[in-house]
Amino acid sequence: MAIAVRQVTKRFGDFVALDNVSLAIAGGSLTALLGPSGSGKSTLLRVIAGLEHPDEGEVSIDGEVVTHVPVQKRGVGFVFQHYAAFKHLTVEDNVAFGLSIRKRSKREIRERVRELLELVQLDGLGGRYPSQLSGGQRQRMALARALAIEPRVLLLDEPFGALDARVRKDLRTWLRELHEQTHTTTVLVTHDQEEAMEVADRVVVMNEGLIEQTGKPRDLYDHPTTEFVMSFVGAVNRIGDLWVRPHDLEVRLDPDHATREAMIERIVHLGFEVRADLVLDTGDHVTVQLSRHEAEQLELRAGSIVYLVARETRRFDRQPAIA
Amino acid sequence: MSASAPPTRPRPGLRARLALRSLALVYLGMLLLLPLGMVFYRTFESGLGAVWDAMSDPAFTHAFKLTVIVVAIAVPVNTIFGIVCALALVRRGSTRGNGLLNAAIGLPLALSPVIVGLALVLVYGKDGWLGGWLLDHGVRIVFALPGMVLATIVVSLPFVMREVVPVLREIGTDQEQAASTLGASGWQTFRRITLPAIRWGVAYGVVLTTARALGEYGAVAVVSGKIAGRTETLTLHVEERFVSFEPVAAYTAALVLAVLAVLTLLAMNVFKPRTRKEAADGDRSAPGDEAVR
Repeated sequence: MAIAVRQVTKRFGDFVALDNVSLAIAGGSLTALLGPSGSGKSTLLRVIAGLEHPDEGEVSIDGEVVTHVPVQKRGVGFVFQHYAAFKHLTVEDNVAFGLSIRKRSKREIRERVRELLELVQLDGLGGRYPSQLSGGQRQRMALARALAIEPRVLLLDEPFGALDARVRKDLRTWLRELHEQTHTTTVLVTHDQEEAMEVADRVVVMNEGLIEQTGKPRDLYDHPTTEFVMSFVGAVNRIGDLWVRPHDLEVRLDPDHATREAMIERIVHLGFEVRADLVLDTGDHVTVQLSRHEAEQLELRAGSIVYLVARETRRFDRQPAIA
Repeated sequence: MSASAPPTRPRPGLRARLALRSLALVYLGMLLLLPLGMVFYRTFESGLGAVWDAMSDPAFTHAFKLTVIVVAIAVPVNTIFGIVCALALVRRGSTRGNGLLNAAIGLPLALSPVIVGLALVLVYGKDGWLGGWLLDHGVRIVFALPGMVLATIVVSLPFVMREVVPVLREIGTDQEQAASTLGASGWQTFRRITLPAIRWGVAYGVVLTTARALGEYGAVAVVSGKIAGRTETLTLHVEERFVSFEPVAAYTAALVLAVLAVLTLLAMNVFKPRTRKEAADGDRSAPGDEAVR
């Protein structure tokens, strides 16, 4: 295991950020820590990096226990949400920073910086200052800077959180490709489930300082083990104690013994997808996802009465804290 | 509102802005520029010979040297102390004790310098709490250089810290943490990341400290005893010559002090060129992110 976290607890005053968390991350993988704010995902990342020290438990990297190894000696690359660019240094000098601390020769540094700038597609911008770069470019510079020290693990703390939607999407794809090239064990913190599903090959869902579930993106979506994961990973409707995905509800125009009556409140056209908000006879609100073609065939209108049948539902025995 | 209203009407507020600006200039002129100009005029009124005589007076040269020595000690000491205090206050944020530290450092700004001088005499003077013991061991503080340096340090204590604290708060800890993940030790991080980031605050604090150290009268007057040719700084020298009816000597010394102050301001500008380049595009980001591919 490239990273092993064993029974780590971290408190900030009365607040328990991590509650006896254990996690193993395989070498060469790209893992996402996914959860809402306050779930402990960033704290876990910072504990792995050595930027926070756990109150209890142990962290090891490549089999070496590093719990008491200071951040300077852990050999981790860290990328911050707000870039943490060294504003008084050029792009080149930013990327070279870790190497010049390691007293590498000028020639070696120059060569390596050139390679890295090419890798993050900033070649030609080495002489600029961070203030002359766009947000996406700054974050790529930060990534090159982190990769320069050939880190054992690369840790990204909401790396795309401060960027606008389009740039964020571009960078996700790019990060995935970069990972295919470098194969550096990477851990990414995000609160965006789409980002986690798209980029990572393993997702760790966190909530209130605990790990709810770990698995491949698809497994989390198809086989959530807790209500929290069901509701956090992907959209979901709750009808009584039944959970059903919006695309697992079928809309029919005629009732039978299995259907439930509902009234359409609103129809939203999202290009190919159509989303219908409905209210059941019980007063529960549900959302149904249909293709544009289906919606047209059924001639759905706000105010009309339809009949719903669930293709697949899920019920959880454990009663978790969240509503 | 008519469609024919031409768009060439003077911008609203232009006149008000001009009026405000003129008012500020007149105000500054009456209070600062005119009096300073008069000093300049009076200095050279009786010719360069008189100025040369004043500057060759051993009392003047001694005062000049003393001033330079006092400033050369007090400013670096206060700069280092100010930066350390600012770091302690902002980065090692145990909120308890911080308020006290902050208030204690601010005290010299609130106290009249004469009180500072008196307080120092009480502790370090011949009959003072520590002074007697120090004198017995051959160390004279009051009525000597150490006392003058001490007084100058106290009255110019807070400037560097006051300037650096807000800058440290603003830059946050991200850059420092990034440096540490890249392997930089605490000192390396300070020297290569923190110090360059706060250098403007430091530079401005140094200018304020120097100005105050050059111009300090009250506290230094009390602890120095104002002995011409021995414990007289340039500022004390101005006053001494002025009351002994040697106006040209007083004006000359005053002018030299003013020149020193201007030199300090110019020295700060040495930092500028690099910063300009860095901030070439200001803080606005470059236009939209070009596609990654």
